[in-house]
Amino acid sequence: MKGMTIIVKTISSWVKVLIFLFGIYIILFGHLTPGGGFAGGVILASSYVLLMLAFGREFAEENLSLPVASKLDCVGALLFGAVALCGLLYGAAGFFWNFIHQEYLVGTDYEFNLVSAGTIPLSNIAIGLKVGASLFLVVLVLSMFRPDTSAEDSNEKE
Amino acid sequence: MAIFYIYILLLFMIIAAIIAVETKYLLGAVICIGAVGFGASIMFLFLRAPDIAITQIVVEVLGLIILIRACISRELTFISGPREFFGVVVSVVIIFVIFLAGIRVLETLPDFGTAIFAEAPEAASQTYIAEGLQKTGAANIVASVILDFRAYDTLGEATVLFTAIIGATVIMRRKPKKLLEDE
Repeated sequence: MKGMTIIVKTISSWVKVLIFLFGIYIILFGHLTPGGGFAGGVILASSYVLLMLAFGREFAEENLSLPVASKLDCVGALLFGAVALCGLLYGAAGFFWNFIHQEYLVGTDYEFNLVSAGTIPLSNIAIGLKVGASLFLVVLVLSMFRPDTSAEDSNEKE
Repeated sequence: MAIFYIYILLLFMIIAAIIAVETKYLLGAVICIGAVGFGASIMFLFLRAPDIAITQIVVEVLGLIILIRACISRELTFISGPREFFGVVVSVVIIFVIFLAGIRVLETLPDFGTAIFAEAPEAASQTYIAEGLQKTGAANIVASVILDFRAYDTLGEATVLFTAIIGATVIMRRKPKKLLEDE
């Protein structure tokens, strides 16, 4: 049986959902409370790393395989670039111009709501996706890597 | 009172860093590095920087997992042998030069734990703090700085991360020759 003992598996199957939710909360409320895209993305990645440590690498790969994770990484980077480019295209005011806030929300009292701050929550979501997928990829790639000399004895440690 | 706790944490972090350098066990050194990181995280909380504290603690957890995973799969966890004389001399000289430069630089910094914008009325951060909520609509000033005023910085950081992942996946893929032969 791969992975750790049944105690660790049971606890982590409950806790991983809460960690994932907490990461989403940190990302979505990044413009109102402490946190943001980077910290939330690392929390999302660590929920999958917990899955990988408790259940073994194959189980985590079934949930989020390497091609899917690398595609998510690219989608996050593209979204961040697209948000930046929209500012350039919208009013020709410049790269990374906060066009949603400047055009539609300025002067209104939306300021402490969840939907506020224009492009900042969108950038937060993009960066969270990107950081989460890429840090999960780092752990996945590092755990896949086996030097040729110790290929035999590392299998039983897994 | 907060400054008292910070000095205790600083002492703890310095002791952990010295142990991390001087210990012979690789796993113990890694755990001491983790202790330094967690101390830094609690210290950021005392210095009223919760954004940095959250980021520090989550990155520390993930980095510690990766480092421990890398350590326990190695057979050799002992580091022994005498130190090289030339390397010691070069390190001491470099540390001395940095110390001399640091004396001049650290005099210009504000006191420990106080914000730098309190002493610089002309600084750009004054504008960010005064008009950040108005201009970007974000209640969290850190978010408005890193994603609006200084978004190029975040773009560069995202590019660094992206390039690092590409490098890691290319270098550490499982069967490089077989993949190339298939195509």
